[in-house]
Amino acid sequence: MWARAACLGLRASAASRRRSFTSAGADPQGSGRVTAELIEHLERLALVDFGSQEAVARLEKAIAFADRLRAVDTDGVEPMESVLEDRCLYLRSDNVVEGNCVEELLQNSHRVVEEYFVAPPGNISWSKPDEKGPSHTAE
Amino acid sequence: MAAPVLRWLCPGRRWAFARTGGCSYHRRGVPTASTSSGKRGQSSVAQQSLITAQEPRKGDREWAAVVGLEIHAQISSNSKLFSGSQVHFAAPPNSLVSFFDASLPGTLPVLNRRCVEAAVMTGLALDCRINKKSLFDRKHYFYADLPAGYQITQQRLPIAVDGSLAYSVCVGKKRGQAVARTVRVRQIQLEQDSGKSLHDDLRSQTLVDLNRAGVGLLEVVLEPDMSCGEEAAAAVRELQLILQALGTSRAIMAEGQLRVDANISVHHPGEPLGVRTEVKNLNSARFLARAIDYEIQRQISELENGGEILNETRSFDYKLGCTMPMRDKEGKQDYRFMPEPNLPPLLLYDSASLPAGADPQQVINIDQIREQLPELPSVTREKLVQRYGMLPEHSFALLNEVGLLEFFQNVMKETRAEPKKVTSWVLNTFLGFLKQQNLAVSESPVTPSALAELLNLVERKAISSSAAKQVFEELWRSEGKTPAQIVAEKQLELMRDDEALEQLCRATMEAHPQVVMDLKKGNPRAINKLIGLVRKATLGRADPTAIKDVLERQLSG
Repeated sequence: MWARAACLGLRASAASRRRSFTSAGADPQGSGRVTAELIEHLERLALVDFGSQEAVARLEKAIAFADRLRAVDTDGVEPMESVLEDRCLYLRSDNVVEGNCVEELLQNSHRVVEEYFVAPPGNISWSKPDEKGPSHTAE
Repeated sequence: MAAPVLRWLCPGRRWAFARTGGCSYHRRGVPTASTSSGKRGQSSVAQQSLITAQEPRKGDREWAAVVGLEIHAQISSNSKLFSGSQVHFAAPPNSLVSFFDASLPGTLPVLNRRCVEAAVMTGLALDCRINKKSLFDRKHYFYADLPAGYQITQQRLPIAVDGSLAYSVCVGKKRGQAVARTVRVRQIQLEQDSGKSLHDDLRSQTLVDLNRAGVGLLEVVLEPDMSCGEEAAAAVRELQLILQALGTSRAIMAEGQLRVDANISVHHPGEPLGVRTEVKNLNSARFLARAIDYEIQRQISELENGGEILNETRSFDYKLGCTMPMRDKEGKQDYRFMPEPNLPPLLLYDSASLPAGADPQQVINIDQIREQLPELPSVTREKLVQRYGMLPEHSFALLNEVGLLEFFQNVMKETRAEPKKVTSWVLNTFLGFLKQQNLAVSESPVTPSALAELLNLVERKAISSSAAKQVFEELWRSEGKTPAQIVAEKQLELMRDDEALEQLCRATMEAHPQVVMDLKKGNPRAINKLIGLVRKATLGRADPTAIKDVLERQLSG
């Protein structure tokens, strides 16, 4: 499961790197090293556990693989943002046709209080095994 | 330590003295959480400072503040932005939630036409350039009330850009003069609202209601062209009126339909801009200006004391009257923006580019929307000034209260009285009574017809103005009676019997020879005393001007 999650994390970061990858991070020249800081940052953003050194190595290989896209000359070519770009965006009329299914929805929740979903207090925290997770007070 | 006097002025008036500026501030010591209280004067900070203008000392430098706003307005529509569940303010928790809103797998967003129209209307009203092609993106962050883990918004290419919003601030000693200001609109974008979290600290849990998740929002980004809380509040108010006139949003702050975040920084004029802080969730019109002004003062004090401003997010504590850092924002957020893969670009057309034979339900024509735009508040005000010759400030006041303009126009339809008189009665007497009892115009016990009838009586000189006020009071208290009935009951008709008036004047003068002598000696106030005495004798039923005429005639004759 973590491999799949790592791939998802990779896809997102590769796409955003093409725009402006602003976080502290990998050397854009592609020396291939992914720092511990970057791993921690990615884990916190994506709530993904990289788990082991093997996973980090796999991530580095995946980034190197994706970097081969840079070999393509895209000067003057408009990026394709969606394979749907020449599809028509369907406009729905403003009618109420859904909703009213509280019971069904609440079945998915581990804990329920009256008709509310129950979540942990504050924001979803990320705690490493060796440090106490910060408990954020939510907005 | 003597507190130096620092002045912070709006850019347009940097070199003028405090009193004439729209917003001018003196540093009044370091505001700390413990000393500020929500009750710090009933008047706004600006009003307090205007009273104490002082000479600047040598070495004191001026400050200029810069305020930008991000305003989120809930779109007034039947269903949500990307799903067919209902939009409604109060409903049982999670009853207005579809599978898509709950982010269940296998669901896809389907764009609501009405929301696009609302965005285009708002863009046109704010003089924006409407982008014929706009794109949707995902903004990722984790929070319990954002079930998908991302919000669909328009970051790269929003639906409308480069507009302007014209508003007015009241300046001058009596704050009666309206000065026009403009703020640029950077962009307007469509985005989803999140659900609501209720924090249960006692049981250490958060309860989540997704009724609001997925409701369409218009985010209006205003450039930092404003320089104080008052300007920001005025701009927000005008935007609120525009949205309400267009019908694109009901924009009621108390119901969370209009939310404002402010970006605030201070700097010395001529120097580069300072570090800005973001003050989030300013959800009350009353506290909007105060929160911004507090933050400006805080930044000035901090910098004056040698501190520095952190680029952080703060929230306004209404009870303490101060801004506090929001502890859960650690470092800069990385939203990992990516194009929304499930939505093609949004294409809009105008009459020239409309594809032939297209299904009208599936295309949006900007020109058609422009033609059908309702009248904007600024146009309505201008018409009032032109048609009735009223002061601009009065036109503002008429539009500032829900239903008041309609009330005024209904009175005007049925009365022969002068517009100035009607304006005065509606804005002073009528509005005064409403405010006193905290009523909306729709809850008024006095109908426009009743007020019109009353004003007609005054116009015909059937009753005096002061009698009219008494009648109005009675109208307010007892429903169902007409002004004519009340006048008859209380015998408030103006005396029409000239003969009786002449006699009364003569009798009064005879009874008060002292006053008459005073008058003959040349004391100008004696005549008023005489008039007062005669009025008392007539039980307030005689017109003071008529009395004056008779007395003067009798004295000279």
